[in-house]
Amino acid sequence: MPSSSPPPLSPPSRATVDDASLRAALDEPSRKPLSGRQKALGCLAAAVLLAYPFVFDGPFPQHVMIMIFLYALMAQSWNIMAGYCGQISLGHAVFFGIGAYSSGFLFATYHISPWLGMLVGIFLAMAMALVIGIPTFRLRGHYFAIATLVIGESVQIIFQRWEFVGAARGIWLPIVRENAWLNFQFNESKIPYYFIALGFLALATLAIWRLERSKAGYYFRAIREDPDAASSLGVNITLYKTVAFMMSAGFMAMAGTFFSQYILIVDPENVFALSLSILVLLMAVMGGVGTLLGPIIGAAVLVPLSEYTRIYLGGTGGAVDLIIYGALIMLICIYKPDGLIGIAKQWLGRRPPPEETAHGDA
Amino acid sequence: MAMLEVEGLTKAFGGVVANNDISFSVEEGEILGLIGPNGAGKSTVFELLTGFHSADAGRVRFQGRPILGLRPDQINRLGMGRTFQKLKPFQRMTVEENVMVGGLQHDADLGAAREQALTALYFVGLLDKRNADAGTLSTGQRKRLELARAMATGPKLLLLDEVTGGVDQRSIPALTELVGRLRSQGTTLIVIEHNMQVLMSLADRILALHLGRKIAVGTPREIQEDTLVIESYLGAAYA
Amino acid sequence: MTLEIIIQAIISGLLMGFVYALIAAGLSLIFGLMEIVNFAHGEFMMLGMYAAFWLWSLFGLDPLVSLPICAALLFCLGVATHYGIIRHILNASMLVQICATFGLAIFLRASAQFLWTPDFRTISHPIVEGRVEIMGIFIGLPQLVASLGCLLAFAGLYVFINRSDTGLALQATAQDREAASLMGIPTDRMYALGWGIGSACVGVAGGLLAMFYFIFPEVGFLFALLAYVAVAMGGFGSITGALFAGLLIGLMESLGGLLIDPSFKYVFIFAMYLVVVFFRPQGLFGRY
Repeated sequence: MPSSSPPPLSPPSRATVDDASLRAALDEPSRKPLSGRQKALGCLAAAVLLAYPFVFDGPFPQHVMIMIFLYALMAQSWNIMAGYCGQISLGHAVFFGIGAYSSGFLFATYHISPWLGMLVGIFLAMAMALVIGIPTFRLRGHYFAIATLVIGESVQIIFQRWEFVGAARGIWLPIVRENAWLNFQFNESKIPYYFIALGFLALATLAIWRLERSKAGYYFRAIREDPDAASSLGVNITLYKTVAFMMSAGFMAMAGTFFSQYILIVDPENVFALSLSILVLLMAVMGGVGTLLGPIIGAAVLVPLSEYTRIYLGGTGGAVDLIIYGALIMLICIYKPDGLIGIAKQWLGRRPPPEETAHGDA
Repeated sequence: MAMLEVEGLTKAFGGVVANNDISFSVEEGEILGLIGPNGAGKSTVFELLTGFHSADAGRVRFQGRPILGLRPDQINRLGMGRTFQKLKPFQRMTVEENVMVGGLQHDADLGAAREQALTALYFVGLLDKRNADAGTLSTGQRKRLELARAMATGPKLLLLDEVTGGVDQRSIPALTELVGRLRSQGTTLIVIEHNMQVLMSLADRILALHLGRKIAVGTPREIQEDTLVIESYLGAAYA
Repeated sequence: MTLEIIIQAIISGLLMGFVYALIAAGLSLIFGLMEIVNFAHGEFMMLGMYAAFWLWSLFGLDPLVSLPICAALLFCLGVATHYGIIRHILNASMLVQICATFGLAIFLRASAQFLWTPDFRTISHPIVEGRVEIMGIFIGLPQLVASLGCLLAFAGLYVFINRSDTGLALQATAQDREAASLMGIPTDRMYALGWGIGSACVGVAGGLLAMFYFIFPEVGFLFALLAYVAVAMGGFGSITGALFAGLLIGLMESLGGLLIDPSFKYVFIFAMYLVVVFFRPQGLFGRY
């Protein structure tokens, strides 16, 4: 295929199409710019998020938001792999746990700053993704999912028996009162945690935003839709799956470090649990998998649901939040498989008004 | 040196020998038609050439380079593209995004890739559908999308697998003409076709397969009159 | 470590293996039909166990006697699941299908916890209890009966699928639903039947297990996990594969715990799965 100038011949059956239409198409921006309405909503959301911990300054409302940010971060990580690249992992907690244990262990044993520990955790998680990915990427669909499931379970069992990292008891991080920022530990107030979690989430979301507009993003989605066709178009499937997996693992490890510094206890039950892997998956799907904001919405709905039902229904009603969870997930899957983001988009008027449909769906 | 040289290509699936010692060559700038009744092994040849299956035996040289054993994406980067008989659009991506995937192989820069993509869409006549989801296209449109996508990778040799299959009669001349224009752009083509009229007007030479073996090769006129070919399609009574 | 102990372990491993095989067979049947993994399979088994428990607790029915009722109840649950949920997600992406059955699993498990508390229940003094001694090997009678029951059910399933008209209709739908429906085989009803039978299998397994196993809301988790591994290792859609893999897993669980390390026996089972699919990505008997 020679240069990008249009071909010389124009067949009679397409007399109405000509060079001008090609030029017009080329001049069009490749993405619709954000509407004024969207920008306004974005600014409003940012303002609310920034002001929130000062307005609601009790520890519980702040805790709920922190949990939302944390789970949203995890759901976003999973989203990169499954939503954009189409590889469904049921053992993603592995990377979360590696992050938590890395920074937690280094801090508890050698008093190394958790920020450094986090980098170690991210590196180890990415290395693990590489090691897991190479043999398992040849597996398709459900076989791959089950493989990730059993790897996740195996790692949990191994850590439960591994004395070096505390076995079932885990690692209990020491409480330190000085150098709060260096030691990533804030004992007086949750507000720093709030903003760090928000920052991490923003970072992950930004990464996905950039991804959508990059070659890797197109390749990920091609792999998701049809790996054979993608391969025939020059996409190195294994390479890109690995990149997606490693990116995803890195962000999960970040979340793990945050968790360990927030809760100050790292044990296999907490950080490697299958229920964590599943929750993350469900949040992403409920919100809208493969979209930028879907996982955030999913977390924003499910986390408060679980936190507040626990408060109001207490002990024996502790299962009620899960009953509602389960029912909600089934309903979404049946009636709105694109996730809540589809509903949200309608509300926020992202559907273009009639006069703009020339650019919209043909 | 021919653009593509195939020697002794052999592949068996279990007990079925899909390709049996097939040899042929393709010259630069020509259109080679590939015909044969169902089960003759035509698609298998494509699968082997593009790296989707490994050959049991044989040698293939593309522009002098041996390519058997390479992955499909590596082969595409060397300049060989293909379409699939069973269409494989990226359903949840738009038409433009579909072709972008091809364009990005040619140009890592998004802007240049987009130009490549839109030009390919213009060439096949799908420019006005560029923002539609690929899943909403008709069969004829999907065929053209598949073609545009493969074209966008900038191949020197393009393998088209039954490009008129399943397309209504009225649309066939336009598709045929499209393929002809591809050749005039300088792309070499191997075309699997069942529709003899299409091949008569397009192909410079035709290769006929039967039960995995090459039974004839020649100009369209020669092939039309070849007894073995007639026998393979219609039976000995007509030969 | 005498030979006797090893044989003991092999026997009890095989016995459990038949139970795993039946659970896995039900899962494989459903997958073979419509390529959906029922991630609520463990919860179905849990419900089967609770059904046996309540029938015993409220009406004094021994699990062996109530077994047909358990199977029937689970059959209905399976059919209801198909018509209520699965039918709507047949054409959805694999991810949505996974989530729907996960949602069901969470819903069922939490409901069981809410209705019946997390307390462990057992059935005391079933008709079948105690041990038998065969050539120096001690076998728990409930375990033996449960295993035989599962084996019989498995054999029944196999014969049904391969010899009966309905079974062949199911196979036809599994292999090519359009062609089958063009021949007059109603796809939707076949799917419902598949779900019913697959669930009934796990109901039988649960009902039999109730004779000697603890009953609590989370009980399905481990069995389901092993069943997924069995189905994947045997090959999704292959009932024969489910049998082999189920037995293999039962053996590994028993021997692994004895010879290697009881804490890590599951890791070895999982490692075995990974090794199998590394060399045969479609499982031992799988189609893909």
